[in-house]
Amino acid sequence: MRRFRALVLLPPALWLVLFVAVPLLVVLGIALSSPGEGMPPFDPPLSREAGAWAWRGTAGNFAALAEDPFYGLAFLRSLRVAGLTAGLCLLLAYPMALAIAAAPPRRRPLLLLAVLLPFWTGLLLRLAAWIGLLRDSGWVNGVLLALGLTEEPLRLLYSEPAMLLGMTHAYLPFAVLPLYATLARRDPALEEAAADLGASRWTVFRTVTLPLSAPGAAAAFLLVFIPAAGEFVIPELLGPPEAQLVGRVLWTEFFTIRDWPRAAALAVALLALLILPVALFQRLEERR
Amino acid sequence: MDAIPGRHPAPAAALGTEGPPLLRAEALTRRFGAATVLDGLDLEIRHGEFFALLGGSGSGKSTLLRLIAGFDAPDSGRLLLEGRDLAGLPPQHRPVNMMFQAYALFPHLSVFDNVAYGLRREGVRGAALARRVDEALALVGLEGLARRRPHALSGGQRQRVALARSLVKRPRLLLLDEPLGALDAGLRERTGFELRALQRRLAEAQGTAFVMVTHDQEEALSLADRVGVMQGGRLVQVDTPEALYERPATRFVAGFLGGANLLEGHVAGGLLRCAGGLALRLAGAPPPEGAPLTVALRPERIRLAAEAAAPAPGMATEPNAAAGTVREVAYRGAGSTVLVGLPGGASLRVALGPAEPPPPRGAAIRLRWPDSANVPLAD
Repeated sequence: MRRFRALVLLPPALWLVLFVAVPLLVVLGIALSSPGEGMPPFDPPLSREAGAWAWRGTAGNFAALAEDPFYGLAFLRSLRVAGLTAGLCLLLAYPMALAIAAAPPRRRPLLLLAVLLPFWTGLLLRLAAWIGLLRDSGWVNGVLLALGLTEEPLRLLYSEPAMLLGMTHAYLPFAVLPLYATLARRDPALEEAAADLGASRWTVFRTVTLPLSAPGAAAAFLLVFIPAAGEFVIPELLGPPEAQLVGRVLWTEFFTIRDWPRAAALAVALLALLILPVALFQRLEERR
Repeated sequence: MDAIPGRHPAPAAALGTEGPPLLRAEALTRRFGAATVLDGLDLEIRHGEFFALLGGSGSGKSTLLRLIAGFDAPDSGRLLLEGRDLAGLPPQHRPVNMMFQAYALFPHLSVFDNVAYGLRREGVRGAALARRVDEALALVGLEGLARRRPHALSGGQRQRVALARSLVKRPRLLLLDEPLGALDAGLRERTGFELRALQRRLAEAQGTAFVMVTHDQEEALSLADRVGVMQGGRLVQVDTPEALYERPATRFVAGFLGGANLLEGHVAGGLLRCAGGLALRLAGAPPPEGAPLTVALRPERIRLAAEAAAPAPGMATEPNAAAGTVREVAYRGAGSTVLVGLPGGASLRVALGPAEPPPPRGAAIRLRWPDSANVPLAD
């Protein structure tokens, strides 16, 4: 039995070591090295010199991140955009999840499939569609001009609203699914008990349904917030040019400046920043 | 529905049999798809009484409770509370509260806030709120636990919180869905006594009536003033526990309550003659000759006859007596149940008291019972 359990646990453990722990250590190693010539463009922090291991690592890249306000601002901007995206997703996903959970059980799989439907087309294709809709000569402006609601085309594309629209659209399913999972397994007797004790429909929702779905809402928020914080493609294609988010800074450091250690340090810092809310969420869940 | 009047009528004055009933159901029908769950049900609940709806699963008892609470609406028929039609009135506006089967306590609220929930919806605040919550908690003996969360309570304590929460608004009618069902066997009897005492106090103080749904006949008989036995969406008999047990109206009631022996036969010569040579003499006027009849015979009313040496099986032609062999003996602590095989393949369940040592398996025995033990059934 014990051996069987070890056998079952081996593949996921191996997966985690090979594809999470090892790459993370490599990135951390690069972050601790100094930039150098050649390919790859850095001096490994640990190298063999004259038959002995020598440590030549440096925390200088992390110090630079802390000192240069450029990086700090990029982090703040990214967190803000991720927070707005996650908030918008939550607002849209909650009524959707509630409606799916309230639908007859036979229809629910179909509705969930509809939520996942956007994933069937590639992200770039969906972004191209948004560009087609939002650009100056796009459909939205075309309709506004034809209706005489505007004299000249509005600048919709390459703006923060366009970026948030694209991000919310892309990440919405991540918010719907955990919320649905929470709302679908709630005990109908609790809401009946509240109504029996004199609560109106809205009061039942406010005092019973909503507070009891808080863990699902927190999970939905985090599932959107975490990937959105490091998002690169959507702000690049839909967002304003001045939006220096962590994703773009990372890209620039890595591919344009070719400062791998700095880019790696940035990646590690972002990871550390995102682990914080997850750990907090875990602690709250355990306390329940 | 009182098909056969009870021999021990409940004290009428205490139950408010005078005047209009607290709740009246008229031809209540509820269908789910092709299934008719409630089938033209009529019922009256009196002020201050403890009424039990007894039935198996699927008998419609829970549906009836949900209709009264307002979680579901009947397809036809009416529900009148003190003469007022409840149709279209949502649960939050009915002067009726419910104690849910698994209690349905709000897990995110403390015991205090659970109990206070209904009062807050009425706008009760501050000191008045605290006083009434404390009163309700004291009523069920839960002082000092107000700040706990439901998950930090034992099953018995949760049951009390649920009871306090449903009573705090002083409803005229309290619905209880299997109130003792989730408790351990040991706790169940004690809690039952407490529930009975609590209802009696509330009935005197406020005229509160309890309507309890249960599938447990013992619970229904021991707690309720009146019991309604449900079968297939109808009430087959409504009576006091004593009358229901001693004068069951139908085979179903006789079998459901206490597992009576059912004996079928034809009337001949003033006696009911059954298969295997069994003859039964009925108390009172003899039934018409030749009529088929079924009789319920309670296991505990059958006695072992004194004479040990039995005549050959099949010769027991004297009325209200049988000879047979002991097939099985089940020890029950407070007595035992003996399954006695009769000639012709039939069998009788016989309940013996603790003072009567059960005969060994395979023993030939003779049984006797009084005329009054034979209860003729309507169908």
